[in-house]
Amino acid sequence: MSILRRVTRASLAALTLPAALLALWWILTADSESYYLPPLSDILAAVDDVWLRSGRLSADVLPSLLRLLGGFLLAVALGVTLGIAIGSSRRLRAFCEPVLEFLRAIPPPVLVPVLMLFAGIGDTMKVLVIVSGCVWPILLNTVEGVRAVDEVLVETARCYGLRGPSRLWHLVVRSASPQIVTGLRQGLSIGIILMVISEMFAASNGLGFSIIQFQRTFAVTEMWTGILLLGLLGFLLAMLMRLFERRALNWYFGLRQAQRGGSR
Amino acid sequence: MTVMSETQTQSATRTEVLLDVRGMRKVYEGHGRSVEAVRDLTFAVARGDLVCVVGPSGAGKTTLLKCIAGLLAPTGGEVVLEGTAVDGPPPGMAVVFQEYGRSLFPWMTVRRNVELPLKQKKLPKARRSELVHQALEAVGLADVHTAYPWQLSGGMQQRVAIARAIAYEPHILLMDEPFAAVDAQTRADLEDLVRSLWHRLGVTTLFVTHDIDEAVYLGQRVLVLSSAPTVVLDDIAIDLPEERDQLTTRSSTRFAELRGQVFAQIQRAKQQRGAVEPA
Repeated sequence: MSILRRVTRASLAALTLPAALLALWWILTADSESYYLPPLSDILAAVDDVWLRSGRLSADVLPSLLRLLGGFLLAVALGVTLGIAIGSSRRLRAFCEPVLEFLRAIPPPVLVPVLMLFAGIGDTMKVLVIVSGCVWPILLNTVEGVRAVDEVLVETARCYGLRGPSRLWHLVVRSASPQIVTGLRQGLSIGIILMVISEMFAASNGLGFSIIQFQRTFAVTEMWTGILLLGLLGFLLAMLMRLFERRALNWYFGLRQAQRGGSR
Repeated sequence: MTVMSETQTQSATRTEVLLDVRGMRKVYEGHGRSVEAVRDLTFAVARGDLVCVVGPSGAGKTTLLKCIAGLLAPTGGEVVLEGTAVDGPPPGMAVVFQEYGRSLFPWMTVRRNVELPLKQKKLPKARRSELVHQALEAVGLADVHTAYPWQLSGGMQQRVAIARAIAYEPHILLMDEPFAAVDAQTRADLEDLVRSLWHRLGVTTLFVTHDIDEAVYLGQRVLVLSSAPTVVLDDIAIDLPEERDQLTTRSSTRFAELRGQVFAQIQRAKQQRGAVEPA
Protein backbone atom coordinates (compact mmCIF):
# COMPACT_ATOMS: atom_id res chain seq x y z
CA MET A 1 0.00 0.00 0.00
CA SER A 2 2.91 2.29 0.68
CA ILE A 3 3.75 2.31 -3.04
CA LEU A 4 0.24 3.41 -3.88
CA ARG A 5 0.47 6.12 -1.24
CA ARG A 6 3.83 7.26 -2.54
CA VAL A 7 2.56 7.45 -6.13
CA THR A 8 -0.50 9.38 -4.98
CA ARG A 9 1.64 11.79 -3.02
CA ALA A 10 4.05 12.26 -5.94
CA SER A 11 1.29 12.96 -8.44
CA LEU A 12 -0.39 15.34 -5.98
CA ALA A 13 2.87 17.23 -5.61
CA ALA A 14 3.33 17.37 -9.36
CA LEU A 15 -0.22 18.52 -10.10
CA THR A 16 -0.66 21.13 -7.37
CA LEU A 17 1.17 23.99 -9.06
CA PRO A 18 -0.36 23.56 -12.55
CA ALA A 19 -3.82 23.37 -10.97
CA ALA A 20 -3.17 26.48 -8.91
CA LEU A 21 -1.92 28.40 -11.96
CA LEU A 22 -4.93 27.38 -14.01
CA ALA A 23 -7.22 28.38 -11.16
CA LEU A 24 -5.49 31.74 -10.91
CA TRP A 25 -5.85 32.27 -14.67
CA TRP A 26 -9.49 31.26 -14.45
CA ILE A 27 -10.22 33.67 -11.59
CA LEU A 28 -8.23 36.61 -12.93
CA THR A 29 -9.80 36.44 -16.36
CA ALA A 30 -13.28 35.48 -15.21
CA ASP A 31 -14.71 38.99 -15.70
CA SER A 32 -12.24 39.98 -18.40
CA GLU A 33 -13.66 42.44 -20.91
CA SER A 34 -10.37 42.60 -22.82
CA TYR A 35 -10.63 41.44 -26.41
CA TYR A 36 -7.12 40.04 -26.26
CA LEU A 37 -7.49 38.24 -22.95
CA PRO A 38 -10.74 36.32 -23.02
CA PRO A 39 -11.86 34.41 -19.87
CA LEU A 40 -10.24 30.98 -19.56
CA SER A 41 -13.71 29.46 -19.41
CA ASP A 42 -14.39 30.79 -22.94
CA ILE A 43 -11.10 29.46 -24.20
CA LEU A 44 -11.71 25.98 -22.79
CA ALA A 45 -15.24 25.97 -24.12
CA ALA A 46 -13.90 26.78 -27.59
CA VAL A 47 -11.39 23.90 -27.66
CA ASP A 48 -14.00 21.37 -28.63
CA ASP A 49 -15.30 23.49 -31.53
CA VAL A 50 -11.97 24.69 -32.84
CA TRP A 51 -9.94 21.49 -32.69
CA LEU A 52 -12.10 18.42 -32.24
CA ARG A 53 -15.22 18.98 -34.31
CA SER A 54 -13.59 20.93 -37.10
CA GLY A 55 -11.29 18.09 -38.10
CA ARG A 56 -8.25 20.25 -37.33
CA LEU A 57 -6.69 17.40 -35.36
CA SER A 58 -6.09 15.48 -38.57
CA ALA A 59 -5.81 18.50 -40.86
CA ASP A 60 -3.34 20.54 -38.79
CA VAL A 61 -2.08 18.74 -35.69
CA LEU A 62 -1.23 15.51 -37.46
CA PRO A 63 0.88 17.12 -40.23
CA SER A 64 2.75 19.11 -37.59
CA LEU A 65 3.49 16.00 -35.58
CA LEU A 66 4.61 14.08 -38.66
CA ARG A 67 7.02 16.86 -39.62
CA LEU A 68 8.37 16.94 -36.09
CA LEU A 69 8.74 13.17 -36.01
CA GLY A 70 10.44 13.07 -39.42
CA GLY A 71 12.80 15.91 -38.61
CA PHE A 72 13.62 14.58 -35.17
CA LEU A 73 14.34 11.03 -36.36
CA LEU A 74 16.49 12.33 -39.20
CA ALA A 75 18.40 14.52 -36.74
CA VAL A 76 18.88 11.52 -34.42
CA ALA A 77 20.23 9.35 -37.23
CA LEU A 78 22.52 12.11 -38.46
CA GLY A 79 23.61 13.35 -35.05
CA VAL A 80 24.35 9.96 -33.52
CA THR A 81 26.15 8.63 -36.61
CA LEU A 82 28.33 11.71 -37.08
CA GLY A 83 28.78 12.03 -33.33
CA ILE A 84 30.17 8.51 -33.05
CA ALA A 85 32.51 9.08 -36.00
CA ILE A 86 33.77 12.40 -34.67
CA GLY A 87 33.95 11.22 -31.08
CA SER A 88 35.96 8.14 -31.99
CA SER A 89 38.67 9.94 -33.94
CA ARG A 90 40.83 12.61 -32.40
CA ARG A 91 41.98 13.80 -35.82
CA LEU A 92 38.46 14.12 -37.17
CA ARG A 93 37.48 15.98 -34.01
CA ALA A 94 40.28 18.54 -34.32
CA PHE A 95 39.29 18.97 -37.95
CA CYS A 96 35.55 19.44 -37.37
CA GLU A 97 35.26 21.13 -34.02
CA PRO A 98 35.65 24.81 -35.04
CA VAL A 99 33.11 24.40 -37.85
CA LEU A 100 30.67 22.61 -35.55
CA GLU A 101 30.92 25.37 -32.97
CA PHE A 102 30.22 27.96 -35.68
CA LEU A 103 27.27 26.09 -37.17
CA ARG A 104 25.80 25.46 -33.77
CA ALA A 105 25.92 29.17 -32.97
CA ILE A 106 23.64 30.05 -35.89
CA PRO A 107 20.06 30.35 -34.61
CA PRO A 108 18.13 27.84 -36.77
CA PRO A 109 15.15 30.15 -37.48
CA VAL A 110 17.35 32.37 -39.65
CA LEU A 111 17.89 29.35 -41.85
CA VAL A 112 14.21 29.29 -42.75
CA PRO A 113 14.47 31.92 -45.51
CA VAL A 114 17.58 30.23 -46.88
CA LEU A 115 16.07 26.77 -46.80
CA MET A 116 12.94 28.14 -48.50
CA LEU A 117 15.12 29.15 -51.45
CA PHE A 118 16.49 25.64 -51.81
CA ALA A 119 13.69 23.40 -50.64
CA GLY A 120 10.60 25.45 -51.43
CA ILE A 121 7.82 25.97 -48.91
CA GLY A 122 6.63 22.38 -48.62
CA ASP A 123 7.14 19.74 -45.98
CA THR A 124 10.77 19.21 -47.04
CA MET A 125 11.68 22.72 -45.97
CA LYS A 126 9.98 22.33 -42.60
CA VAL A 127 11.60 18.99 -41.91
CA LEU A 128 14.98 20.43 -42.86
CA VAL A 129 14.49 23.39 -40.53
CA ILE A 130 13.71 21.00 -37.69
CA VAL A 131 16.75 18.85 -38.51
CA SER A 132 19.01 21.90 -38.70
CA GLY A 133 18.14 22.81 -35.14
CA CYS A 134 17.73 19.38 -33.51
CA VAL A 135 20.92 17.91 -34.80
CA TRP A 136 23.40 20.03 -32.80
CA PRO A 137 22.65 19.06 -29.23
CA ILE A 138 22.38 15.42 -30.33
CA LEU A 139 25.64 15.55 -32.28
CA LEU A 140 27.67 17.41 -29.67
CA ASN A 141 26.41 15.35 -26.74
CA THR A 142 27.13 12.14 -28.65
CA VAL A 143 30.68 13.33 -29.33
CA GLU A 144 31.18 14.01 -25.62
CA GLY A 145 29.68 10.66 -24.67
CA VAL A 146 31.85 8.71 -27.09
CA ARG A 147 34.97 10.54 -25.95
CA ALA A 148 34.24 9.63 -22.35
CA VAL A 149 34.09 5.85 -22.84
CA ASP A 150 36.03 4.30 -19.98
CA GLU A 151 39.58 3.30 -20.89
CA VAL A 152 39.44 0.07 -18.86
CA LEU A 153 36.22 -0.92 -20.59
CA VAL A 154 37.81 -0.25 -23.97
CA GLU A 155 40.71 -2.54 -23.08
CA THR A 156 38.37 -5.18 -21.71
CA ALA A 157 36.46 -5.12 -24.99
CA ARG A 158 39.70 -5.46 -26.95
CA CYS A 159 40.87 -8.40 -24.85
CA TYR A 160 37.63 -10.27 -25.37
CA GLY A 161 37.64 -9.68 -29.10
CA LEU A 162 34.70 -7.29 -29.22
CA ARG A 163 34.81 -5.88 -32.75
CA GLY A 164 32.73 -4.21 -35.42
CA PRO A 165 29.01 -3.64 -34.93
CA SER A 166 29.06 -5.55 -31.67
CA ARG A 167 31.71 -3.22 -30.22
CA LEU A 168 29.85 -0.21 -31.57
CA TRP A 169 26.62 -1.17 -29.88
CA HIS A 170 27.70 -2.94 -26.68
CA LEU A 171 30.58 -0.62 -25.88
CA VAL A 172 30.36 2.75 -27.64
CA VAL A 173 26.66 3.47 -27.98
CA ARG A 174 25.62 2.01 -24.64
CA SER A 175 28.43 3.79 -22.87
CA ALA A 176 27.54 7.13 -24.48
CA SER A 177 23.80 6.62 -24.04
CA PRO A 178 23.38 8.93 -21.02
CA GLN A 179 24.83 11.83 -22.99
CA ILE A 180 23.01 10.81 -26.17
CA VAL A 181 19.69 10.85 -24.32
CA THR A 182 20.49 14.30 -22.90
CA GLY A 183 21.05 15.40 -26.49
CA LEU A 184 17.75 13.85 -27.56
CA ARG A 185 15.87 15.67 -24.82
CA GLN A 186 17.37 19.04 -25.75
CA GLY A 187 16.91 18.29 -29.45
CA LEU A 188 13.24 17.48 -29.00
CA SER A 189 12.39 20.76 -27.30
CA ILE A 190 14.25 22.68 -30.00
CA GLY A 191 12.40 20.60 -32.59
CA ILE A 192 9.00 21.61 -31.22
CA ILE A 193 9.95 25.29 -31.37
CA LEU A 194 11.21 24.95 -34.94
CA MET A 195 8.14 22.98 -35.99
CA VAL A 196 5.98 25.95 -35.01
CA ILE A 197 8.32 28.58 -36.43
CA SER A 198 8.69 26.85 -39.79
CA GLU A 199 4.92 26.71 -40.08
CA MET A 200 4.56 30.37 -39.29
CA PHE A 201 6.67 31.39 -42.28
CA ALA A 202 5.01 29.65 -45.14
CA ALA A 203 2.47 26.92 -44.73
CA SER A 204 -1.03 25.92 -45.59
CA ASN A 205 -1.62 23.74 -42.55
CA GLY A 206 -0.13 22.86 -39.19
CA LEU A 207 -0.35 24.01 -35.61
CA GLY A 208 1.90 27.03 -36.10
CA PHE A 209 0.01 27.99 -39.23
CA SER A 210 -3.34 27.74 -37.43
CA ILE A 211 -2.22 29.91 -34.53
CA ILE A 212 -0.87 32.62 -36.88
CA GLN A 213 -4.03 32.37 -38.98
CA PHE A 214 -6.25 32.87 -35.91
CA GLN A 215 -4.14 35.81 -34.80
CA ARG A 216 -4.29 37.48 -38.21
CA THR A 217 -8.06 37.07 -38.41
CA PHE A 218 -8.48 38.38 -34.84
CA ALA A 219 -9.90 35.03 -33.69
CA VAL A 220 -8.22 35.62 -30.32
CA THR A 221 -10.02 32.93 -28.32
CA GLU A 222 -9.19 30.37 -30.99
CA MET A 223 -5.57 31.53 -30.95
CA TRP A 224 -5.39 30.92 -27.21
CA THR A 225 -6.76 27.40 -27.62
CA GLY A 226 -3.95 26.73 -30.09
CA ILE A 227 -1.33 27.95 -27.63
CA LEU A 228 -2.81 25.76 -24.88
CA LEU A 229 -2.82 22.77 -27.19
CA LEU A 230 0.78 23.39 -28.16
CA GLY A 231 1.80 23.55 -24.52
CA LEU A 232 -0.03 20.34 -23.79
CA LEU A 233 1.62 18.65 -26.76
CA GLY A 234 5.08 19.71 -25.64
CA PHE A 235 4.33 18.41 -22.18
CA LEU A 236 3.16 15.03 -23.49
CA LEU A 237 6.22 14.65 -25.72
CA ALA A 238 8.50 15.51 -22.81
CA MET A 239 6.74 12.85 -20.74
CA LEU A 240 7.23 10.28 -23.50
CA MET A 241 10.89 11.24 -23.62
CA ARG A 242 11.15 10.78 -19.88
CA LEU A 243 9.56 7.35 -20.12
CA PHE A 244 12.07 6.37 -22.79
CA GLU A 245 14.92 7.72 -20.67
CA ARG A 246 13.79 5.71 -17.65
CA ARG A 247 13.72 2.55 -19.69
CA ALA A 248 16.93 3.06 -21.65
CA LEU A 249 19.03 4.41 -18.79
CA ASN A 250 17.71 2.31 -15.95
CA TRP A 251 21.25 0.95 -15.42
CA TYR A 252 22.71 4.44 -15.34
CA PHE A 253 20.44 5.74 -12.60
CA GLY A 254 21.07 2.57 -10.61
CA LEU A 255 24.81 2.87 -11.07
CA ARG A 256 24.85 6.51 -10.01
CA GLN A 257 22.79 5.78 -6.96
CA ALA A 258 25.11 2.90 -6.02
CA GLN A 259 28.13 5.18 -6.41
CA ARG A 260 26.59 7.95 -4.36
CA GLY A 261 25.56 5.60 -1.58
CA GLY A 262 29.04 4.06 -1.56
CA SER A 263 29.53 0.61 -2.98
CA ARG A 264 27.31 -1.79 -1.16
CA MET B 1 34.57 -27.01 -17.28
CA THR B 2 36.26 -28.81 -20.10
CA VAL B 3 39.50 -26.86 -20.26
CA MET B 4 42.56 -29.08 -20.34
CA SER B 5 42.14 -32.45 -18.79
CA GLU B 6 45.72 -32.85 -17.59
CA THR B 7 46.36 -32.57 -13.92
CA GLN B 8 49.05 -30.33 -12.54
CA THR B 9 51.30 -33.20 -11.60
CA GLN B 10 51.86 -34.51 -15.10
CA SER B 11 55.39 -33.43 -15.77
CA ALA B 12 55.19 -34.14 -19.52
CA THR B 13 52.92 -31.15 -20.08
CA ARG B 14 54.81 -29.00 -17.61
CA THR B 15 57.81 -28.57 -19.84
CA GLU B 16 55.89 -27.20 -22.82
CA VAL B 17 56.40 -23.45 -22.98
CA LEU B 18 53.13 -21.61 -23.44
CA LEU B 19 54.23 -18.02 -23.01
CA ASP B 20 57.69 -16.82 -23.87
CA VAL B 21 58.77 -13.27 -23.14
CA ARG B 22 62.08 -12.54 -24.86
CA GLY B 23 64.12 -9.45 -24.15
CA MET B 24 61.04 -7.29 -23.81
CA ARG B 25 61.74 -3.57 -23.57
CA LYS B 26 59.30 -0.70 -23.35
CA VAL B 27 60.16 2.96 -23.67
CA TYR B 28 57.44 5.58 -23.42
CA GLU B 29 58.15 8.48 -25.72
CA GLY B 30 56.93 11.76 -24.32
CA HIS B 31 57.42 15.38 -25.30
CA GLY B 32 61.16 15.57 -25.82
CA ARG B 33 61.92 12.97 -23.18
CA SER B 34 61.61 9.25 -23.10
CA VAL B 35 61.00 7.08 -20.07
CA GLU B 36 62.37 3.58 -20.03
CA ALA B 37 59.74 1.62 -18.13
CA VAL B 38 60.92 -1.89 -18.89
CA ARG B 39 64.57 -2.55 -19.74
CA ASP B 40 64.89 -6.26 -20.35
CA LEU B 41 62.42 -8.94 -19.37
CA THR B 42 63.01 -12.52 -20.32
CA PHE B 43 61.07 -15.40 -18.85
CA ALA B 44 58.94 -18.33 -19.91
CA VAL B 45 55.72 -19.76 -18.52
CA ALA B 46 55.02 -23.46 -19.02
CA ARG B 47 51.56 -24.74 -19.83
CA GLY B 48 49.55 -25.25 -16.68
CA ASP B 49 51.76 -23.07 -14.51
CA LEU B 50 50.60 -20.54 -11.97
CA VAL B 51 53.25 -17.84 -11.97
CA CYS B 52 53.13 -14.74 -9.81
CA VAL B 53 54.94 -11.57 -10.80
CA VAL B 54 55.76 -9.33 -7.88
CA GLY B 55 57.55 -6.02 -7.82
CA PRO B 56 57.61 -2.70 -6.01
CA SER B 57 55.07 -0.10 -7.10
CA GLY B 58 56.20 1.58 -10.28
CA ALA B 59 57.97 -1.56 -11.43
CA GLY B 60 56.26 -1.56 -14.78
CA LYS B 61 54.07 -4.49 -13.81
CA THR B 62 51.06 -3.13 -15.65
CA THR B 63 53.22 -2.28 -18.66
CA LEU B 64 54.47 -5.86 -18.74
CA LEU B 65 50.96 -7.24 -18.49
CA LYS B 66 49.62 -4.95 -21.20
CA CYS B 67 52.42 -5.95 -23.54
CA ILE B 68 51.67 -9.63 -22.95
CA ALA B 69 47.97 -9.00 -23.44
CA GLY B 70 48.68 -7.34 -26.77
CA LEU B 71 47.21 -4.04 -25.60
CA LEU B 72 50.56 -2.31 -25.86
CA ALA B 73 53.36 -2.90 -28.36
CA PRO B 74 56.78 -3.45 -26.77
CA THR B 75 59.61 -1.20 -28.00
CA GLY B 76 61.97 -4.13 -28.29
CA GLY B 77 61.97 -7.89 -27.91
CA GLU B 78 58.89 -9.99 -28.34
CA VAL B 79 56.12 -11.85 -26.59
CA VAL B 80 55.37 -15.28 -27.99
CA LEU B 81 52.23 -17.11 -27.01
CA GLU B 82 51.84 -20.72 -28.16
CA GLY B 83 54.46 -20.21 -30.82
CA THR B 84 52.93 -17.06 -32.28
CA ALA B 85 54.27 -13.55 -31.70
CA VAL B 86 51.68 -11.37 -29.97
CA ASP B 87 50.61 -8.25 -31.87
CA GLY B 88 47.15 -7.44 -30.57
CA PRO B 89 45.01 -9.30 -28.04
CA PRO B 90 45.35 -13.02 -28.82
CA PRO B 91 42.14 -15.06 -28.92
CA GLY B 92 43.22 -17.63 -26.34
CA MET B 93 43.79 -15.10 -23.57
CA ALA B 94 41.55 -13.69 -20.86
CA VAL B 95 42.39 -10.76 -18.60
CA VAL B 96 41.09 -9.81 -15.17
CA PHE B 97 41.77 -6.15 -14.41
CA GLN B 98 42.29 -4.46 -11.10
CA GLU B 99 39.48 -1.98 -11.64
CA TYR B 100 36.58 -4.42 -11.37
CA GLY B 101 34.08 -1.58 -11.24
CA ARG B 102 35.26 -0.32 -14.61
CA SER B 103 35.85 -3.57 -16.45
CA LEU B 104 32.31 -4.92 -16.26
CA PHE B 105 29.63 -3.47 -18.52
CA PRO B 106 27.27 -1.65 -16.15
CA TRP B 107 24.38 -1.78 -18.65
CA MET B 108 24.44 -5.56 -18.76
CA THR B 109 23.33 -8.08 -16.20
CA VAL B 110 25.91 -10.41 -14.72
CA ARG B 111 24.86 -13.18 -17.09
CA ARG B 112 25.13 -11.00 -20.19
CA ASN B 113 28.54 -9.73 -19.06
CA VAL B 114 29.85 -13.27 -18.90
CA GLU B 115 28.11 -14.27 -22.11
CA LEU B 116 29.17 -11.38 -24.36
CA PRO B 117 32.69 -12.62 -25.16
CA LEU B 118 31.22 -16.06 -25.92
CA LYS B 119 28.78 -14.52 -28.37
CA GLN B 120 31.73 -12.81 -29.98
CA LYS B 121 33.34 -16.22 -30.31
CA LYS B 122 30.17 -17.33 -32.13
CA LEU B 123 29.47 -20.22 -29.77
CA PRO B 124 25.98 -21.73 -30.10
CA LYS B 125 23.40 -20.58 -27.58
CA ALA B 126 23.20 -23.85 -25.67
CA ARG B 127 26.97 -23.99 -25.22
CA ARG B 128 27.06 -20.35 -24.13
CA SER B 129 24.45 -20.83 -21.51
CA GLU B 130 26.22 -23.97 -20.26
CA LEU B 131 29.54 -22.12 -19.93
CA VAL B 132 27.93 -19.11 -18.22
CA HIS B 133 26.21 -21.36 -15.70
CA GLN B 134 29.33 -23.36 -14.95
CA ALA B 135 31.51 -20.28 -14.62
CA LEU B 136 29.16 -18.44 -12.29
CA GLU B 137 28.68 -21.58 -10.29
CA ALA B 138 32.45 -22.01 -10.02
CA VAL B 139 32.96 -18.55 -8.55
CA GLY B 140 30.07 -18.99 -6.13
CA LEU B 141 27.63 -16.65 -7.86
CA ALA B 142 25.02 -19.08 -9.13
CA ASP B 143 22.17 -16.94 -7.84
CA VAL B 144 22.92 -13.49 -9.22
CA HIS B 145 22.52 -14.03 -12.97
CA THR B 146 20.04 -11.23 -13.42
CA ALA B 147 21.67 -8.69 -11.11
CA TYR B 148 23.61 -5.74 -12.47
CA PRO B 149 27.30 -5.46 -11.51
CA TRP B 150 26.73 -2.27 -9.52
CA GLN B 151 24.24 -4.06 -7.33
CA LEU B 152 27.04 -6.31 -6.08
CA SER B 153 29.88 -5.76 -3.62
CA GLY B 154 33.42 -5.20 -4.88
CA GLY B 155 34.46 -8.76 -4.17
CA MET B 156 31.42 -10.13 -5.99
CA GLN B 157 32.10 -7.88 -8.97
CA GLN B 158 35.61 -9.25 -9.20
CA ARG B 159 34.14 -12.76 -9.02
CA VAL B 160 31.99 -11.89 -12.03
CA ALA B 161 35.09 -10.70 -13.88
CA ILE B 162 36.81 -13.99 -13.03
CA ALA B 163 33.75 -15.94 -14.16
CA ARG B 164 33.81 -14.06 -17.46
CA ALA B 165 37.47 -14.94 -17.87
CA ILE B 166 37.10 -18.66 -17.20
CA ALA B 167 33.91 -18.99 -19.26
CA TYR B 168 36.00 -17.73 -22.17
CA GLU B 169 38.05 -20.95 -21.84
CA PRO B 170 41.38 -19.20 -22.23
CA HIS B 171 44.71 -20.95 -22.70
CA ILE B 172 46.23 -18.33 -20.47
CA LEU B 173 44.68 -16.16 -17.80
CA LEU B 174 46.28 -12.82 -16.96
CA MET B 175 45.41 -11.12 -13.70
CA ASP B 176 46.55 -7.56 -13.05
CA GLU B 177 46.54 -6.90 -9.31
CA PRO B 178 42.97 -8.17 -9.24
CA PHE B 179 42.51 -7.98 -5.48
CA ALA B 180 44.30 -4.71 -4.75
CA ALA B 181 41.03 -2.87 -4.27
CA VAL B 182 39.07 -5.28 -2.07
CA ASP B 183 39.12 -5.66 1.69
CA ALA B 184 41.41 -8.17 3.41
CA GLN B 185 38.80 -10.82 4.18
CA THR B 186 37.39 -10.80 0.65
CA ARG B 187 40.92 -10.86 -0.64
CA ALA B 188 41.72 -14.07 1.22
CA ASP B 189 38.56 -15.69 -0.17
CA LEU B 190 39.38 -14.62 -3.70
CA GLU B 191 42.95 -15.91 -3.40
CA ASP B 192 41.64 -19.31 -2.43
CA LEU B 193 39.19 -19.09 -5.32
CA VAL B 194 42.04 -18.50 -7.77
CA ARG B 195 43.98 -21.46 -6.35
CA SER B 196 41.00 -23.79 -6.52
CA LEU B 197 40.01 -22.71 -10.04
CA TRP B 198 43.56 -23.22 -11.21
CA HIS B 199 43.55 -26.68 -9.68
CA ARG B 200 40.24 -27.63 -11.24
CA LEU B 201 40.72 -26.13 -14.69
CA GLY B 202 44.47 -26.32 -15.04
CA VAL B 203 44.51 -23.01 -16.85
CA THR B 204 47.92 -21.35 -17.15
CA THR B 205 47.83 -18.25 -15.00
CA LEU B 206 50.04 -15.18 -14.77
CA PHE B 207 49.19 -13.26 -11.64
CA VAL B 208 50.65 -9.77 -11.19
CA THR B 209 50.68 -8.28 -7.72
CA HIS B 210 52.60 -5.88 -5.49
CA ASP B 211 51.81 -8.00 -2.43
CA ILE B 212 54.66 -10.35 -1.51
CA ASP B 213 52.53 -12.57 0.74
CA GLU B 214 49.93 -12.95 -1.97
CA ALA B 215 52.57 -13.88 -4.56
CA VAL B 216 54.15 -16.53 -2.33
CA TYR B 217 50.81 -17.91 -1.19
CA LEU B 218 49.40 -18.28 -4.71
CA GLY B 219 52.29 -19.12 -6.97
CA GLN B 220 54.25 -22.14 -8.01
CA ARG B 221 56.86 -19.68 -9.11
CA VAL B 222 57.43 -16.07 -8.18
CA LEU B 223 59.18 -13.68 -10.55
CA VAL B 224 60.64 -10.72 -8.68
CA LEU B 225 60.88 -7.54 -10.71
CA SER B 226 63.15 -4.57 -10.07
CA SER B 227 61.99 -0.97 -10.07
CA ALA B 228 61.75 0.76 -13.43
CA PRO B 229 63.63 0.33 -15.71
CA THR B 230 62.51 -3.19 -14.98
CA VAL B 231 64.51 -6.40 -15.16
CA VAL B 232 63.82 -9.82 -13.62
CA LEU B 233 65.72 -9.93 -10.32
CA ASP B 234 64.91 -13.44 -9.31
CA ASP B 235 62.84 -16.45 -10.25
CA ILE B 236 61.90 -18.33 -7.11
CA ALA B 237 60.28 -21.75 -7.11
CA ILE B 238 57.67 -21.94 -4.37
CA ASP B 239 57.99 -25.39 -2.83
CA LEU B 240 55.03 -25.10 -0.51
CA PRO B 241 52.59 -28.02 -0.45
CA GLU B 242 49.96 -28.05 -3.23
CA GLU B 243 47.09 -27.81 -0.78
CA ARG B 244 47.34 -24.32 0.65
CA ASP B 245 45.41 -22.84 3.46
CA GLN B 246 45.23 -19.26 4.62
CA LEU B 247 45.98 -20.28 8.20
CA THR B 248 48.49 -23.13 8.12
CA THR B 249 50.36 -22.19 4.94
CA ARG B 250 50.83 -18.59 5.95
CA SER B 251 52.10 -19.55 9.39
CA SER B 252 54.52 -22.23 8.16
CA THR B 253 58.27 -21.71 8.47
CA ARG B 254 58.83 -22.31 4.77
CA PHE B 255 56.34 -19.58 3.90
CA ALA B 256 58.21 -17.15 6.13
CA GLU B 257 61.52 -18.08 4.53
CA LEU B 258 60.22 -17.65 0.99
CA ARG B 259 58.51 -14.44 1.94
CA GLY B 260 61.77 -13.20 3.45
CA GLN B 261 63.66 -14.14 0.31
CA VAL B 262 61.29 -12.17 -1.95
CA PHE B 263 61.21 -9.28 0.49
CA ALA B 264 65.00 -9.04 0.56
CA GLN B 265 65.12 -8.96 -3.24
CA ILE B 266 62.58 -6.18 -3.38
CA GLN B 267 64.38 -4.18 -0.70
CA ARG B 268 67.57 -4.55 -2.66
CA ALA B 269 65.78 -3.33 -5.79
CA LYS B 270 64.59 -0.26 -3.94
CA GLN B 271 68.05 0.53 -2.58
CA GLN B 272 69.57 0.17 -6.01
CA ARG B 273 67.07 2.62 -7.35
CA GLY B 274 67.88 4.97 -4.49
CA ALA B 275 71.53 4.78 -5.40
CA VAL B 276 70.90 5.37 -9.08
CA GLU B 277 68.40 8.18 -8.81
CA PRO B 278 70.70 11.10 -7.90
CA ALA B 279 72.82 10.47 -10.99
